Amino acid sequence: MSFLSDLTAIQNIVYIIASILFISGIKMLGREDTAVKGNFLSSFAMLIAVLVTIVDVVNPLFLISAIAIGAIIGSTIALRVKMTSIPEMVALFNGFGGLATFLIAWSEYNSLPDNYFQHLLIMITIFIGGVTFTGSIIAYGKLSEKLTIAKTSIVTKIFTTIFYCSIIFLLFSLAQPFLTIPHINFFTVLLVLTLLGGIGFVLPIGGGDMPVVISLLNSLSGIAAAFAGLLLLNNVLIVAGSLVGASGLILTIIMAKAMNRSINNILFVGYASASKSSVAEEQGEVSPINVSDAYLILESASSVVIIPGYGMAVAQAQHVVRELGELLEENGTEVKYGIHPVAGRMPGHMNVLLAEANVPYDVLAEPEDINPIMDSVDVAVVIGANDVVNPSATEEPGSPIYGMPIIEVHNAKTVFVLKRSMSSGFAGVQNPLFFKQNTRMLFGDAKESIGGLVSEFKD
Amino acid sequence: MEIYALLGFVLILSIYLGLELISKVPSTLHTPLMSGANAISGIAIVGALILSTDSSLQNAIAFLAVLFASINVFGGYLVTNRMLKMFKKK
Repeated sequence: MSFLSDLTAIQNIVYIIASILFISGIKMLGREDTAVKGNFLSSFAMLIAVLVTIVDVVNPLFLISAIAIGAIIGSTIALRVKMTSIPEMVALFNGFGGLATFLIAWSEYNSLPDNYFQHLLIMITIFIGGVTFTGSIIAYGKLSEKLTIAKTSIVTKIFTTIFYCSIIFLLFSLAQPFLTIPHINFFTVLLVLTLLGGIGFVLPIGGGDMPVVISLLNSLSGIAAAFAGLLLLNNVLIVAGSLVGASGLILTIIMAKAMNRSINNILFVGYASASKSSVAEEQGEVSPINVSDAYLILESASSVVIIPGYGMAVAQAQHVVRELGELLEENGTEVKYGIHPVAGRMPGHMNVLLAEANVPYDVLAEPEDINPIMDSVDVAVVIGANDVVNPSATEEPGSPIYGMPIIEVHNAKTVFVLKRSMSSGFAGVQNPLFFKQNTRMLFGDAKESIGGLVSEFKD
Repeated sequence: MEIYALLGFVLILSIYLGLELISKVPSTLHTPLMSGANAISGIAIVGALILSTDSSLQNAIAFLAVLFASINVFGGYLVTNRMLKMFKKK
């Protein structure tokens, strides 16, 4: 008996140490010079928390084998995945975390809640964990482009309806102990509705809104773990889960602000189909340019800003872009990269791609740093970005994206827009940038166009 | 019931602490932070380890919960580390 209480005391002390390490770990993860160490600290915290728990479980070998299988699967995926597939990978891992908390709550329900508060916690954890799980799997499908279901399709509408039903059923489940109702197995219904509801939560959300959704799902997986901690009376789950919940929430807010939209608008409304407004009609002539003329302009430029977008990721053009940047610098040109927070499909997507291509992070500038000096920039090269450089956001109060902070490339002396065709961006808004006097359109695949510029420089 | 009040206090305090700690993150680190935090949410593995295992259904649930949390933990930390290693100054 005294051995057992000693062990519990030791476990609690180790949980406190692990919590402190998680806190310092996540703090260090937020700074460039300490991020690697922060990640290591938090993984060490995870290790000691698991070790001190596993010495006291009923059948350790059985559970250790589960950990081992998970370790093999997780490590294989993590080490093999291409950097361009990071967004969907994060979504997938996130979903597995959600599934684990969903299963924890399910198991706790089977060992029968002894008070109403436990009942509440179980229902809420089931719901958050389940929605995180299937929502993340749908996000994975959308990000990896394995799943293409239109927002307007009947399937999407059915699942969206199920999502709302699952919320109503959750409320019913919370009140269930007080209701005398016919014998239906309400818990099974809740399990199923929650899982289907998670699909309906993410299905209607478009690709360009993915950075917000993926941050939100990240936050939810933390909140679910924290609730599971309340349920199991376990401190370290509560602390670690809450930290994740908070960091995900911050990213969600940063992303929503960068789009100048409320979270509610992103999740439940989507972009208004205002693309048919009168302003969109007023167009003009675009001025195309070919690679050799573009080269001549770049060759004589003294400062160049490169603005990448999702199109660069699709074309896998990050390596040639870095090469072009280096050649320009050798030529005496000052090169910077203008990175919009929501460019791409997840928070920081462009940063990861450019880092993979060995672009040092100190030449990456945020909009508020690059906009004030845009007038002095000779050439702004827009690679597969659209909405984040759309001047309607600052010039046309009627535009659906009005008020969104953008990278003001139209103030540069010359703008090159690398684009496949004249189609509009994710927001479905026509981009007046393409028709400006100082804009030149370089049509074609971004990788080929940049590759062409690179070989011009080499000749 | 008192224990819940106490743990609820821990929960609120931790969320507040998290918000204070992370409020200013350079955009370079948005993805690693998200992915690193994602790995931390794999802490559910500790909860999954202490589930009661008194029936074969319970055993199966516990096994799966540990398995998926473990994928989350290992995958999350490794991919974050891989990403961070790529970031370098000039």
